[in-house]
Amino acid sequence: MSTVPSSRPVALDIRDLVVRLGKGPTADKIIDGVSLQVREGETLCVVGESGSGKSVTSLTVMGLLQKGALVPSAGSVRLVGEELLIASDKRLRQLRATTMAMIFQEPMTALNPVVPVGRQIDEVLRVHTGLDAKARQQRILAMMEQVRLPDVKRIFKSYPHQLSGGQRQRIMIAMALVLEPKLLIADEPTTALDVTTQKQILSLIRELQKDHGTAVLFITHDMGVVAEIADRVMVMRQGRIVETGALDDILRAPKMEYTRNLLASVPSLVPRTPRPASSEPVVLETSGLGKIYRERSFFGTAREVAAAQDVTLTLRKGRTLGIVGESGSGKSTVARCIVRLIDPTSGEVRLRGSEISTLSRQLLRPHRKHIQIVFQDPYRSLNPRVTVGETIAEGPINYGVPRAEALKRAGELLELVDLPADAISRYPHQFSGGQRQRIAIARALALDPDVLVADEAVSALDVSVQAQVLELLDEIQTRLGIALLFITHDLRVAAQICDEVVVMQHGRVVEQGPAGEILTHPQQAYTRQLLEAAPGRGWDFANFQPVAPELQASAASPAE
Amino acid sequence: MFGYLVRRVLAAVPVMGVVALFVFLLLRLTPGDPAAILAGDNATPERLERIRTSLGLNEPLYVQFFTWIDRLLHGDLGVSLISNVPVMKMISSRIEPTISIALSTIVLSILIAVPLGVIAAWKRGTWIDRFVMGLSVIGFSVPVFVIGYVLIQVFAIDLHWLPVQGFRSLSKGFGPFLERLVLPTLALSFIYVALIARMTRAAMLDVLDEDYVRTARAKGITESGVLLRHALRNAAVPVITVIGTGFALLISGVVVTESVFNLPGIGRLTVDAVLARDYPVIQAMILLTSGIYVAINLLIDLAYTLLDPRIRY
Repeated sequence: MSTVPSSRPVALDIRDLVVRLGKGPTADKIIDGVSLQVREGETLCVVGESGSGKSVTSLTVMGLLQKGALVPSAGSVRLVGEELLIASDKRLRQLRATTMAMIFQEPMTALNPVVPVGRQIDEVLRVHTGLDAKARQQRILAMMEQVRLPDVKRIFKSYPHQLSGGQRQRIMIAMALVLEPKLLIADEPTTALDVTTQKQILSLIRELQKDHGTAVLFITHDMGVVAEIADRVMVMRQGRIVETGALDDILRAPKMEYTRNLLASVPSLVPRTPRPASSEPVVLETSGLGKIYRERSFFGTAREVAAAQDVTLTLRKGRTLGIVGESGSGKSTVARCIVRLIDPTSGEVRLRGSEISTLSRQLLRPHRKHIQIVFQDPYRSLNPRVTVGETIAEGPINYGVPRAEALKRAGELLELVDLPADAISRYPHQFSGGQRQRIAIARALALDPDVLVADEAVSALDVSVQAQVLELLDEIQTRLGIALLFITHDLRVAAQICDEVVVMQHGRVVEQGPAGEILTHPQQAYTRQLLEAAPGRGWDFANFQPVAPELQASAASPAE
Repeated sequence: MFGYLVRRVLAAVPVMGVVALFVFLLLRLTPGDPAAILAGDNATPERLERIRTSLGLNEPLYVQFFTWIDRLLHGDLGVSLISNVPVMKMISSRIEPTISIALSTIVLSILIAVPLGVIAAWKRGTWIDRFVMGLSVIGFSVPVFVIGYVLIQVFAIDLHWLPVQGFRSLSKGFGPFLERLVLPTLALSFIYVALIARMTRAAMLDVLDEDYVRTARAKGITESGVLLRHALRNAAVPVITVIGTGFALLISGVVVTESVFNLPGIGRLTVDAVLARDYPVIQAMILLTSGIYVAINLLIDLAYTLLDPRIRY
């Protein structure tokens, strides 16, 4: 990406910004001395892990900090030369949408669910322009076409829930850019989207920026996205700037230790060296597994939705099988059917040789302890009112292990997942996200399962924490010989942990085989599409260099 | 939308059927001879027989039921055992005060409580918020009759602004009608305002933390626009629910209010009927209140679909 010449006017100029948690000179600093400039036509990516202050910085610019809770106490924020920190509420309202605009992470929740999307865009024009209804509608429809929405007249009248995630984000972008603001703040705008949609949205933002000369402040935690969109990069940590530089300089020659570690944590898309083929016994097998949801209606005919169809897979002791796919591909449905959290409607699940797909609750009980699951969000999967020790010991106690013994074992498991022994009597809220996921893993291991199902178990974690948890899973597998069924949307994670991969789309298996094969020589168009959409696929972040061309997934060599 | 409406109305039919069956059996399943219950302790055998024949008690139970339903559908609710007046006539002559108070209370409460709740949520944690919440605690904890007597003392007896009690029909002029409606409505509104204000505040607090409220602010919309167009509209569903279910409170409150202000409404009619074991009147009142509940629930469900496009119909 070309660097933007320094002759272009500065749209946003932040100098020595300090934001405190509450008023008063001794309040904690959430942002501590941040300075940055974004020129017209330039994209500055602010990268950082959770708690780095990247979102607070952007909300400060927009004047959207929660009043009284977060207070800018020093420094200056200039938007096209105008100081914002001393601007009145009225002036800030005038500047929003006209000179600065913002798009947010979750396009479902960022749009008002009870107002048609066209009217939500219209509101911007009604507030800020004197155009009549007809002129406004023309302008909105033109903008909606610019963001490549199909059938704009219909979508104009649609409610957010009637649109796809990508379409909603396009509406957000149309709403933000309809008045051609000088500055666009994009706060993780593609994080909630699938990779293929993400790719489209990123190129859309690029294109519109080129057409309108907008300055873009792009906030993300994803190095892949940074590599795709940034001109310059600013790395933040705990409210301070770690380093700033041109994209290439940051990726190739990061100066600071923290940046190096951050880049080193990004899993590579190039699959790890395959382990030798295994002749260990098969612990989990499914054949023709399917789940059909039937929607009953009062009158009319029942609707059928096939969430998963004809899924056949095999997992051996000590191996890792990945199921990858976008949202709605049915990967989680398969995982839940296998663990029998939901009941499959067809096919078989054999756990250690026994068919369990149709067993009653009672008969299933002895099998349950052989297969355990770890969920995505450790903030919601642990009961907040139960101590960590009790959570881990509950399973074994249910299976008749004496309480004292189960608690002792809980202590050992906490040690196994690298948590301090005193964690046993503490509550989940006293731990960080990564620590909680370790607790969730310890809980799953408490029953000595043969199969551990990890359903997007590292997706909610920061990259550095994610790397640690992946390492932990690997270590546990080596020590206990456990089989891992790993559900993920992230091909990078799959490339680093899986022996075999199953690619799913629309509830069906598209392609399956050894990870090294599938992720470098995909035979199916959909798999290739997924790989090509993976952000930053041209970079080997951990080694600070572009990926050698011969290792990149080849788009050629289609199936014979 | 129309199909949904028809479906919902049809779904109300079995509900009312069950209620009717219950009301019918209420009298028949009461231990002892219904005729003896109806006639009272000192009835002569001739009177008992007359009652049996008039109620068709010598017929099989299902014949009795269908005869009763048939009459019901023709607007015949029976005759009061005490006054010998048709029940339908008793109700229609006493329904105006009750409906007037109920409607004016709902309207007044919504007009006061919704803005209070919105402002309290918007200014959360400030003295305004605490004031509104304090007010709502008082509204909940002080009984209707206490509020009623205090209002009478202050506005009718001390200040002579309004009549002490009684009711004047709307057909006799709006002024006298309104004059006598003010105090009962105010008294009854207290608890209702407390309830709705509290719910509005809670619903608004939830909604104000939503991302789309942040989006609205990011668009440069004024605070009033954010609160009314974006927040309140989304907070409306739980508020509507509580307004509807609060009707239970209202009906029991009406009985007390009618007594305090000496209004000839159906609340007092019910109490009198229960005390006198005037079964036909009791039956009619149960049917009436259940019918109102079913109708209100239907209206609430329809309001949901109008307020929230995600609720399918």
